[in-house]
Amino acid sequence: MNGLLAALRKELLLQQRGAAQLFAVLVFGATALLLFSFAVGPNAELLRRIAPGLLWLALLLSSTLTLAESFQSEMEMKALEGQLLLPASPAALYYGKALSNWLQLTLLGVLLVPLMVALYDASLPRPLALLGVIALGAAGLSAPGTLYAAMTQQARSRQTLLPLLLFPLVVPVLIAAVKATALLMHGDPMGQLRPWVQLLGAFDAIHWSLCGLLFGRVVED
Amino acid sequence: MTLQTGVDSSPAVVARGLSRRYGRRWALVDVSFELPRGRSLMLAGRNGSGKSTLLRVLASAIRPDHGAARMLGHDLLRERDLVRGCSALLSHASYLYEALTALENLQIAARFLGRPANRAALLPLLADVELDTRADDPVQTFSAGMRKRLALARTLLQDAELVLLDEPYGELDPPGFRLVDRLFATLRASGKSVLMATHLLDRGAALCDEGLVLDSGRLRWQGPARELPARGGLDPASLPEGGA
Repeated sequence: MNGLLAALRKELLLQQRGAAQLFAVLVFGATALLLFSFAVGPNAELLRRIAPGLLWLALLLSSTLTLAESFQSEMEMKALEGQLLLPASPAALYYGKALSNWLQLTLLGVLLVPLMVALYDASLPRPLALLGVIALGAAGLSAPGTLYAAMTQQARSRQTLLPLLLFPLVVPVLIAAVKATALLMHGDPMGQLRPWVQLLGAFDAIHWSLCGLLFGRVVED
Repeated sequence: MTLQTGVDSSPAVVARGLSRRYGRRWALVDVSFELPRGRSLMLAGRNGSGKSTLLRVLASAIRPDHGAARMLGHDLLRERDLVRGCSALLSHASYLYEALTALENLQIAARFLGRPANRAALLPLLADVELDTRADDPVQTFSAGMRKRLALARTLLQDAELVLLDEPYGELDPPGFRLVDRLFATLRASGKSVLMATHLLDRGAALCDEGLVLDSGRLRWQGPARELPARGGLDPASLPEGGA
């Protein structure tokens, strides 16, 4: 537990120093949302209907920047190896990094929502529930994303490799997150929200437990 | 291969047939040696001779492809965490975060080690490496020598029984050389075992008890450190390029 707290404190400190990077990712996500609205055209009804999907698409694209960046500072001076030799537990290092990425992606998702509302004229009847879905969806992206970011960090073409590996794996998470968001925004007459949220939670549980176990094998020689 | 040794009275290092390759190139070939507890060993050899690889294998940063070793009685392969808990490596990589200050870098390591991480506890360590006046400056503003000093402080923070120093004099100025000499003497006085890879043969020979020369990953010479400059085969005159 002490190792996890130490890892989390380290990550938050690094995030605080790299606040400009969060701003850059936010601008990237906002630009993606803006471009989607131009691509769809002036059909307000269509925009409203697909707004949940576009929100998660923007978040998914932005997440690759956040995730890849989160290991850059670890690799520059081999800081990660230095911590493993202290010795710090690989699981603690993983969960510290994954939690920090989760916080960052959740914040990003929350910041993109007002822009989505403005651009797509989307309604927001249950903002707190939407926050919960964004947090669950971000957890489903950050857990495998952190593992794959560690795996691809040493590769020459890591910027290409990370989305190539990550996107197929998070398709179920995205489907569940988009469905849950759409039900929250457009109404849920059939009571489908709960099963989608449960599915999202189940994927999160699988990713968070499996990736934590595998991280040591990925970062150790 | 498994080496059987008791933990308490065991030598600092018992290495048997250590080999390691990178791709198809063998960086370390069948290296065996022992270092008694509380003694120091100087590791010499030309660039690319396998010194850093040997230190990284012994620190458990990388696994050997063949062979076995016990560090202070702990099996290098089976008891990785115990080996890591009793050894500290000063590597070519500084293990530092560029965006963080000197003090913050030490605080991160201290928290993982379960040591006091407050300013008062860590400033003396920075003073030891003459960086206390730059404690709150980000590492990215440091010169290469200052980074080396901070990496040295981070290594000392571990207070390990076995200290592995990979070219500790590299990038340092003359006062830095004397600082390393002083810290080395402090480590020895407190009974630590030290392995030091260096190109400074006379300096290393004056500080260390044992000497070991690697050549193309193979053990070429082993003996008392004081004899290494003359008999280790690294005498500048004996090298075609005219320098060790």
